[in-house]
Amino acid sequence: MSTVAAPAPVADPVVRMPRGVRLHQDRVRGLPVLLGPERALMLDEIGWAILSELSDGPRLSALVDRLAARFAAPRDEIAGDVRAFLDDLQAQRLVDYADA
Amino acid sequence: MRDLPPPPAPIALLAELTHRCPLACPYCSNPLELVAREGELDTATWARVFAEAADLGVLQLHLSGGEPAARRDLEALVAAARQAGLYVNLITSGIGLAEARLDALEAAGLDHVQLSLQGVRAGIADRIGGYRGGFARKLELARAITARGLPLTLNAVMHRQNLDDLAETIAFAADLGARRIEVACVQFYGWALANRAALLPTRAQVDAAKRTVAEAVGTYRGRMAIDFVPPDYYADYPKACMGGWGSTGLNVAPDGTVLPCHAAATIPQLSFQRVTEAPLAEIWERGPAFQAFRGHDWMAEPCRSCARREIDHGGCRCQAMALAGDPRATDPVCRLAPHRPMVDAILDALPATDALPDLVYRR
Repeated sequence: MSTVAAPAPVADPVVRMPRGVRLHQDRVRGLPVLLGPERALMLDEIGWAILSELSDGPRLSALVDRLAARFAAPRDEIAGDVRAFLDDLQAQRLVDYADA
Repeated sequence: MRDLPPPPAPIALLAELTHRCPLACPYCSNPLELVAREGELDTATWARVFAEAADLGVLQLHLSGGEPAARRDLEALVAAARQAGLYVNLITSGIGLAEARLDALEAAGLDHVQLSLQGVRAGIADRIGGYRGGFARKLELARAITARGLPLTLNAVMHRQNLDDLAETIAFAADLGARRIEVACVQFYGWALANRAALLPTRAQVDAAKRTVAEAVGTYRGRMAIDFVPPDYYADYPKACMGGWGSTGLNVAPDGTVLPCHAAATIPQLSFQRVTEAPLAEIWERGPAFQAFRGHDWMAEPCRSCARREIDHGGCRCQAMALAGDPRATDPVCRLAPHRPMVDAILDALPATDALPDLVYRR
């Protein structure tokens, strides 16, 4: 068995949506969805807001800054939620983290 | 009295573009009676079906077969599906997909490739697939896919003769750069049923496989997603087949027959419509085959009053047909099913490792 383990967590990773994962407006259900290999995740407004900021591959810290500004919310409050949301997607390879 | 509300919109469509296939797998999931090439839908009809599916709410399209690369118009079909707004997944054995073909599919907008794996080494893979040289071509294609950055899922079909290779198979997929592996233990319908004695794993193998998967999920977290479909004969409760009959997806056979699942044609009481006879939406919403086991009204006891009916919907209708001879019966793998002793008797009568029957290949 291969001994290559999962990469060590990066503190402030660049966040990208990998190829084959994309946002889609579901006109039948009237919802935004995230489409990926064998997955169709219905998104709420927050999920949509986070994922629609990934097109230029921002660092996590910059992404949180932008969302804090956009929702006029305290940065510390949303940082944890954003990281938890992205970590969950990253475990499924629906977003990727990179050093640069 | 009022009309029943319409069923929820389906999420996935499995398009069986053709039954032609170079492989001869002894667990082939296509029906015993195959559609000949002359009976296949043409390009324009498939394109119309994709557009109708998207209008109905389908998000995911799985292009399957047989081997879909046997269709010369595969590139045009991918383009039509993307045009309709669908997420396009190609389910392939990899045979007949050269690099140039991959270029064209990529240009047409293919989103994802799911590559079947019959074994982790050429010997076992080519023996199970019944196609010499198949493994080498598959490996070449897998590398070409990941080199392009296209997402790859390996669909590793597991059974008694290769389940002991599971840890090696998962590592193989990760080393290839697959984003996902589906460890799919053979489910026993149609052709697989005829080979059950040679393919049904032992309890010890299944227990070891569960431990292997649990460990690998942690090892590969963030690098490769792992989905595990265990052999349901060893389960306590049945699988929630198709997420409930007629609730999440539909299949279209090569000749346009619309089915609630790929094995539904094994239920003789059902009658099916074709996409050339009625709009897809009408078939989904009111077709007799889709209505037959929708919801819970069709259930008998012990399902009818069971607390788990909302979870597993009574299990699989095709398995109830195959084992109990009655599509309304509780799935016989369920611990609460009147027919469960039949499944236990099958497990008790597994042949010894040195006495496995010869495989009956699908040719």
